[in-house]
Amino acid sequence: MESRRTIAGAFREALVKTLPICVGFLFLGMSYGFLMKSRGFPTVYPLFMSMFIFAGSMEFIAINLLLSAFNPLYSFLLTLMVNARHLFYGISMLDKYRGLGWKKPYLIFGMCDESFTINCTSTVPEDVDRGWFMFFVTLLNQIYWVTGAVSGSLLGNILTFNTEGLDFVMTALFVVMFINQWDSSEDHRSALVGTAASLLCLFVFGSGFFIIPAMALIVLVFALTARKEALS
Amino acid sequence: MSVPQQIITIAVIVLGTVLTRALPFIIFPEGRKPPRFITYLGTVLPSAVIGMLIVYCLRKPLLTNLHALPELIATAVIIILHRWRKNTLLSIAGGTVFNMLLVQYVF
Repeated sequence: MESRRTIAGAFREALVKTLPICVGFLFLGMSYGFLMKSRGFPTVYPLFMSMFIFAGSMEFIAINLLLSAFNPLYSFLLTLMVNARHLFYGISMLDKYRGLGWKKPYLIFGMCDESFTINCTSTVPEDVDRGWFMFFVTLLNQIYWVTGAVSGSLLGNILTFNTEGLDFVMTALFVVMFINQWDSSEDHRSALVGTAASLLCLFVFGSGFFIIPAMALIVLVFALTARKEALS
Repeated sequence: MSVPQQIITIAVIVLGTVLTRALPFIIFPEGRKPPRFITYLGTVLPSAVIGMLIVYCLRKPLLTNLHALPELIATAVIIILHRWRKNTLLSIAGGTVFNMLLVQYVF
C-alpha cells in the first residue's frame, strides 16, 4: 500500500538529491527566459517550451530555429541529432523504469540529463519507494526549470551578483555522480571507455558534432570487448 | 515565421525530443525480454554516459586551449573534496564556488 508517509518520504529524499539542480535550473532557466524575452518572445513561449520540450540545450537552439526560415524537417532532424544521447539513457533505464505503471510515461518524458543522472545513480534508503522517488526527482527538476524560464522572462535579469561560472554547477553534479558510480563498482572499464571515446571524438570531430560518433564508438568498444561475458 | 509555423516548429522539437527518450522503451517493451546485448549495455552504459556528459559539458572550454583551465582545476577540487568529505552537496557547491572565484578573479 502506498501510504501518505511513503510518498512524503520519497518527496523529501528527492528534494535533497535535486538541490544542486534547483540552483542550476533556476539560474539556467532564468538566462533562457531572459534571452527569449530579449528576442521578442512573450512569456507564454518560454512557459510552454520549457514545459513541453524540457531539454535545456535544445531550447536554447530552438530560439534560433524560431527566428530563422520555417523548416520543420530540419528542426526535427536537428532535434534528433542534439538529443541522440537520450537513447543511451533509455537503454540504461529499461530495467529501472520497469513496472511503474502511470509514472513510467512521465519518467520517460521528463528524462533530461539531470533527472537521468540522479535516477540512474542514486541509492535510496530502504524505506523510500523508488518509483515515487524517481517521479519526484523528475517533477521537481521540471518545476525548477519552468519556474526559472518563466521568472527570467517576467523579471529579466534579477541576479545582481556576478554569476560568471555559476553554470558549472551542472558539470559539478555530473562529476560527483561519476565519482559515486566509480566508487560503487570494481570495474572501471565502462567509465573509462565512455570518457576516453568522448574525448577522442571531441578532438577529432569538434564540439558541434561529436556525440553521435562517440556513441557509436562506445557501442562498438562494448560489442568487441564484452562479447564473451555478455552472451554467456 | 507566423505563429502557426512557430507552433509547428515547437511541436516537432517536442516530438523529436520525446522520440529520443522513448525509443528504447518502444522497441523493448516490458513484456518482451530485450536481446542480451541490450541488457548488457544497460549495465555498462550508465558510467560511460556520465563520462560522456562531463566531456559534453566541457566541450567548449576543452577545445579552446587554456580556457579549460579554471574548469579543470575546479573539477580537480571536486574530486579532492569528494574523496575527503564524501558529501555530494558540499562537493558540488565547493567546486562551483571555486570555479566562480577562478573565472571572476584569477583568469
